[in-house]
Amino acid sequence: MPALELRNISKHFGAIHALTDVDLAMEPGEVLGLMGDNGAGKSTLVKVIAGNFPPSAGEIRIDGEVVHFHKPVEARQKGVEVVYQDLALCNNLTASANVFLGREIKKSLGPFRWLDHAAMAKKAGALFGELKSETRPLDLVRQMSGGQRQAVAIARTRLSNPKLVLMDEPTAAISVRQVAEVLDLIRRLRDAGMAIVLISHRMPDVFAVADRVAVLRRGRKVADKPIRNSSPEEVTGLITGAISVA
Amino acid sequence: MSLETNAAPANVSIESVVGIREKTWADQLLGAQAFWVAVALFIICTVMSLMFPEAFASAQNFYNITRNFAFIGIMALGMICVILTGGIDLSVGSIMGVVAVVAGLVLQAEYPWWLAVMAGFGAGLGIGLCNGWLIAYIGLSPFVVTLGFMSIARSLAIVESGNKMIYQFGPDGPTFKALGGGDNLGIPGLPFTLANPVIVLIVLTIVLAVVLRMTAWGRHLYAIGGNEHAAMLTGVPVKLTKLSAYVASAMAASLASILIVGWQGSAINALGQSYELRVIASTVIGGADLMGGAGGAFGAFVGAALIEVIRNSLLMAGVDSNWQGAFVGSFIIIAVLLERVRGKRRE
Repeated sequence: MPALELRNISKHFGAIHALTDVDLAMEPGEVLGLMGDNGAGKSTLVKVIAGNFPPSAGEIRIDGEVVHFHKPVEARQKGVEVVYQDLALCNNLTASANVFLGREIKKSLGPFRWLDHAAMAKKAGALFGELKSETRPLDLVRQMSGGQRQAVAIARTRLSNPKLVLMDEPTAAISVRQVAEVLDLIRRLRDAGMAIVLISHRMPDVFAVADRVAVLRRGRKVADKPIRNSSPEEVTGLITGAISVA
Repeated sequence: MSLETNAAPANVSIESVVGIREKTWADQLLGAQAFWVAVALFIICTVMSLMFPEAFASAQNFYNITRNFAFIGIMALGMICVILTGGIDLSVGSIMGVVAVVAGLVLQAEYPWWLAVMAGFGAGLGIGLCNGWLIAYIGLSPFVVTLGFMSIARSLAIVESGNKMIYQFGPDGPTFKALGGGDNLGIPGLPFTLANPVIVLIVLTIVLAVVLRMTAWGRHLYAIGGNEHAAMLTGVPVKLTKLSAYVASAMAASLASILIVGWQGSAINALGQSYELRVIASTVIGGADLMGGAGGAFGAFVGAALIEVIRNSLLMAGVDSNWQGAFVGSFIIIAVLLERVRGKRRE
């Protein structure tokens, strides 16, 4: 059964058709490279799946169950985690605080529930260890490198055992060395059985890590095929419209 | 190619080069502006005690200074909750005026003291909820909303009071006055004498420090100030938390008002005029960042204390009282400059 299934998803903003009849299926442990030019509808598609806004038409299924999201938190409860392009980190908090933001570990003492700083730091440290990142739980995010910040945002997705992880341009704003780190992180998530949608402009990254590539052009899916049957030249053609469909 | 070879070394983590360790407890203390303000406070007090051993270092002067900043300090504790979220509450001074008049009128009508206290808090709660709702749920600018309520609340206070001072407090007047005017919470035999508002300030400072550090609510205030959008995406109840911050600020102002009316023995509608600026100044001197996400309870406390000690010291040193504003203003700017310099070094 697919971890995620989209059927005939459309999204209109007034007269603008951001997405038209998009179908997509993702198996567990699969990495999909989602590509397209600016304004092709990649971000809109991610936001629909992540629950930022509902689709105008169509159906989303998670593990075969039809879902309707109105808030990101609802999507998260169904096993959809998102690593946002800006990472959604608070620079003034520690790595550990960021990982657990909105779902802090608490312990009861008297009538109140208190933050369990030690437990959160320990769990965060274990997550960074799993991701083979050298990020330390008690460091402020402000002082971290781009790669470490990515690790914090990705560690957050591991708190629950998500079925699907959406990554919006995770390699856009970081150095070459850090890109390699992030691609490793993606492989580890995949090996843990998650379905991963990698939205990216960077052709080499998609071809390095994805099993499948889907291309959006002007709100329509124009290609969806195993990456070994495609090539960067073909994908470029599909993105620009030089090749109309594949 | 040259891009690749250049980029990699530039991104070796700083820690691996200079060997920064995780922050120890002492590092955190030395990195906190509140700590350095406390040091400044200690130095000023020491110098003043040496210069004026009779007048400044007397028990009576200590009692007066602490009581004088207790009211501002209590309000600053509420204000810090708002400022942490990146907001501002300009209405606290006017809330004091409304609360004073409401409590005064209830007492004047010969109702019991506790009803006056409840009515005062009720009035403050109402304004706090209005502020918070308009800012958190409607999305209006905190500056504009609280500026509006600064004017609305002051006007309400004047109208309710009929522009008269209220001082005939009825049969429960003495009990009400003892709340803010008494010492040591009425407990006899203590080895020190502190005004009730000072004890309230100390207790609330400790409570807020614990709440900010140890509860999800406290953590969320910092998160909203750091990156509100991120807080929203990660499931922090942003709107409710922001609303509660404005309610906390209004309730702190209400408490300060009830205590100050008890101490002064009368309620005037002009109570708290221009206090909002002193309250904000206290939080900023104590290390709060008006952009949100930085500051704390002890900072609010020592900020309020520093302003009052400077004021008192200038008075003792015989400096014309008209110069006070210049000194306090300079301290605010120096505090922010120091923060900037230290922040640069951290980056």
